[in-house]
Amino acid sequence: MWQFFHKLGSPKWFYGIAGRLLPWFLVPGLLLLLTGIVWGLAFAPPDYLQGNSYRIIYIHVPTAFLAQACYVMMAVAGLVTLVWRMKLADVFVKAVAPVGAVVTFLALFTGAVWGKPTWGTWWIWDARLTSMLILLFLYFGAIALGNAIADEKSAAKAVAVLVLVGVVNIPIIKYSVEWWNTLHQPATLKLTEKPSMPPEMWVPLVLSILGLYLLFGWLACLRMQTEILHRERRARWVQELVE
Amino acid sequence: MHPVRKRRLTIVIFLLAGLGIAVGLTVYAFRQNINLFYDPTAIMDGEAPHNVVIRAGGMVEDNSVVREPNSLKVRFRVTDFKSTVPMEYDGILPDLFAEGQGVVATGRLRDDGVFVADSVLAKHDENYMPPEVAKSLKKKTGDDAAAEAVKTVVTE
Repeated sequence: MWQFFHKLGSPKWFYGIAGRLLPWFLVPGLLLLLTGIVWGLAFAPPDYLQGNSYRIIYIHVPTAFLAQACYVMMAVAGLVTLVWRMKLADVFVKAVAPVGAVVTFLALFTGAVWGKPTWGTWWIWDARLTSMLILLFLYFGAIALGNAIADEKSAAKAVAVLVLVGVVNIPIIKYSVEWWNTLHQPATLKLTEKPSMPPEMWVPLVLSILGLYLLFGWLACLRMQTEILHRERRARWVQELVE
Repeated sequence: MHPVRKRRLTIVIFLLAGLGIAVGLTVYAFRQNINLFYDPTAIMDGEAPHNVVIRAGGMVEDNSVVREPNSLKVRFRVTDFKSTVPMEYDGILPDLFAEGQGVVATGRLRDDGVFVADSVLAKHDENYMPPEVAKSLKKKTGDDAAAEAVKTVVTE
């Protein structure tokens, strides 16, 4: 197990693995996401109360899930950076932070588009919406801090600390709708209970969530490859690869 | 594990635990401010200030909506199934506004206990279902199991 862990630390080794993984993430990811979204937007039944406007859930929930999952993964990588000083962990954080920011923005944006016709407002400072906005700023902070420090090692440490500190926001986002009165409704998909929607509604939702996660894996591998090439640009194997 | 790494890991864990406790206490101390609205029980207990702009929320009670003819004025009662607060509103209600559905209203609590709303937002719940299912569930409310299932959705 430790051997695998140390191998994972080698950028060259990971570059090859990531390249081989790319199609395995891309093809099923695209298929699942397309199936889920087309099914959800065109074929799933309308909601008894909201009619067709609830369908934005098929984009809103996958992006909101990924926004939080991506942050948790970054925090784990941050821990690995701080404790084991593994270069690849920092490569991961640097590669996925902009992806996480975009996905968080999409979750906020689709939420606003959904809120306007259903709640009657596109924004309210309730606990869920505010903590999600803080998540977006945490992503911005991680990106900015990483770029502000020229020295690669100090930048990695600073970003890792920031990402780890920000991880307290994740349980706040998750439980905000249970701990406090909010305008945002509680979760529909729960890990421990049955979803509060029929299968013809939640199956496409789960498909698009899985699809988006796989596409995230694809994008993470691709962006990590680029970052590795950039960082190892003076290494012989990269020069040989380019030639 | 290497002792240096072990030490680093301990530091990080302590840092996170301390931070978690600090944030947890802060958030606990501010819980009144983080709550978006007062529920009817809090208003009945006198927790909500009078004649100050606040938010109040809950379920619109069944058979409580009275519309005044020739104007947009609406009167209804908002309940959390323990206490009820009468509300008045003059304006256009959101599409999802209905008896048995949630609302969050911004306005002032008058001294006579009536909440005068300046704006009303609809709060929907996490349950989604096709219209046919909702209709058949509504019909079968005599059935205990179905009634339990719809309790939060269609209060009969």
